[in-house]
Amino acid sequence: MKKFERFRDVMDEIKKSGAAIYKSPDGSDNLVILYPYSVSYVHSYAQDSRFFLGLAEGKLLGSVCKECGHKYATPRSHCMECGAETDWLELPKEGRVHSWTTCYFGSEEFLKETPFNLVLVEFEGVDTLFMSRLMKAKQDDIYIGMKVRAAFRKKPRYLVSDVYFEPAD
Amino acid sequence: MLRKASGVLTGKQRKVYLIAGGVTKFAKAHPEMDFRLMVKKAYDYAMKDVPKLKAKDIDHTRISYFSDHFARQLKAASMVQDFLGLNPKDSRRIEWGGATGGHCIQAGWETIASGRGDVCMAAGFETMSRVETWKGNEFIALASDTNFDYPNGGFYTGYYALMVQRHIYEFLRKRKFADVRDEKKAQRMAENEAMRIMAMISVKNHTNALHNPYAQFPVKLAVQDALKGEMISYPLNRPSICTMSDGAAVLMLASEDVAFEYTDKPVLIRGVGGGTDTMRLADRPHGSVPLFPWEDEATYESLDYPGVHSFRAGRSAAIEAYRHAGIKDPLNELSFVELHDAYASSEIQTYEDLGLCRYGEGYDFAELGHPFMKGIDYGMKLEHQGTIPVNPSGGLIASGHPVGATGIMQGVFALWQLQGTIGKHFGDDTQQVHDAKLGLIHSHAGTGSSVTVSILEAVR
Repeated sequence: MKKFERFRDVMDEIKKSGAAIYKSPDGSDNLVILYPYSVSYVHSYAQDSRFFLGLAEGKLLGSVCKECGHKYATPRSHCMECGAETDWLELPKEGRVHSWTTCYFGSEEFLKETPFNLVLVEFEGVDTLFMSRLMKAKQDDIYIGMKVRAAFRKKPRYLVSDVYFEPAD
Repeated sequence: MLRKASGVLTGKQRKVYLIAGGVTKFAKAHPEMDFRLMVKKAYDYAMKDVPKLKAKDIDHTRISYFSDHFARQLKAASMVQDFLGLNPKDSRRIEWGGATGGHCIQAGWETIASGRGDVCMAAGFETMSRVETWKGNEFIALASDTNFDYPNGGFYTGYYALMVQRHIYEFLRKRKFADVRDEKKAQRMAENEAMRIMAMISVKNHTNALHNPYAQFPVKLAVQDALKGEMISYPLNRPSICTMSDGAAVLMLASEDVAFEYTDKPVLIRGVGGGTDTMRLADRPHGSVPLFPWEDEATYESLDYPGVHSFRAGRSAAIEAYRHAGIKDPLNELSFVELHDAYASSEIQTYEDLGLCRYGEGYDFAELGHPFMKGIDYGMKLEHQGTIPVNPSGGLIASGHPVGATGIMQGVFALWQLQGTIGKHFGDDTQQVHDAKLGLIHSHAGTGSSVTVSILEAVR
């Protein structure tokens, strides 16, 4: 079996052959193997389902509290302020950038999409924000207060990323 | 006002002390030790420091690690208990995101303060090298809402970048650059200013780590070097972000009845506090600032709080801990702070949450040199160097961040500071805060969804 003094080399080797030995500075030989693990979950959106179905219809749904009237741009079935049940609330398509960043790295799942922009969007008269991607804009174009408009993926994947934003001006 | 009647304020708990600690060197990977052996090494070090304490004297253990995904082993804490030969004593796992270590210490405090036992071990570990860095980022991002946050690009650095961008807007754009009329230009100027000050924090923490043999990234940097670092998520670049680590840390806690039997330099846990906030950044309220008793409402009249610019959980934890410890002027009463600087931005935001300065003053506080160590050459001119050293150990940015061990590592370094034994344990006393009397440790979970603050006091 191949033996290495650099752990990086061990990591490269196990991807090829499944096993390698790491010789550590203390002189010990350590057997390292590749140990795969994958799983597909059965995932119900439960009380939030209407939101994801709404995206497929080109609607952005938030919540409004039946008791205190608090408005949420990211839906929740019960009010965080008073605990009462909420109604669905269709949000305007246009909002403004409340905060933003451009990611040059990311989780493994999204690395191939980098660089991408994340934004928190605020809507007139709504008390909370909505996190999304901002497309068709480069780092230098973006600023807090910038007008953005919701756009929807034509073929829904039933993920929150079925909606994204674009510059509105 | 139910809160005022809560247990922590009655003063009826038994006093709890830290009596010993141990830390493994934090490293990118420790393939020659599994998590059990790492904890064992830290445990043996702590036990050796108080030779009168025997395994049979330990009544309870609280063992922390953050991620089952990294561990790839459920009930890994049971295996630590097992490996240390501590069965059949009472034990449990503690997990609360990035604040796991801080919560583990407080769980140990609760065990002894309640009278349940006299000696409790708080141990923590994480083995993050078991997956590639970007897979690790994916695991960490699973600690954001997997329905509404994660699918947008699940990346914690991105979330913290969203937070600091708003912080920059509120406190630099609207203040220091209020006169610039071109909005985009003003924001770029404010961001550049923030990046320069975050680079100063990065230099501070990496320089402090030069004298800490347990640290993962001790390096002499200049502000210009730190500014040139690779951009990860604008405006956060590589030198302003902690990396992933393997490591373990152990603290021994004891009641007043027995602490002095084991050491003549125990350190009192004088106050504990905790706070929480919404998991989703998007849900954070825009209300008013929870005030310290010495603050007044008018100060923050125009500030929507916490929004996404500040950590309400950190402020709440500090309010509880200061009240418990009787602290009325943290800047002057505290000798040092070890805080959760997973990002240089969070360090600046946390100065404000902890009341070391007011909201909005964090950038100036750093730039003037207040959180730097006295007598160390950071390669920059600092007007008020060393008012209150923050992260004299190097913090997470330079010491490393093996999540379940991190909060306990802060506790160990704080214990040694307050015992005056940094020289003994580091083999170098450069980072010893002179005459340290009162220290604060701060442990923080995902975008500030949970924070602990504990106040430690030297009684020597």
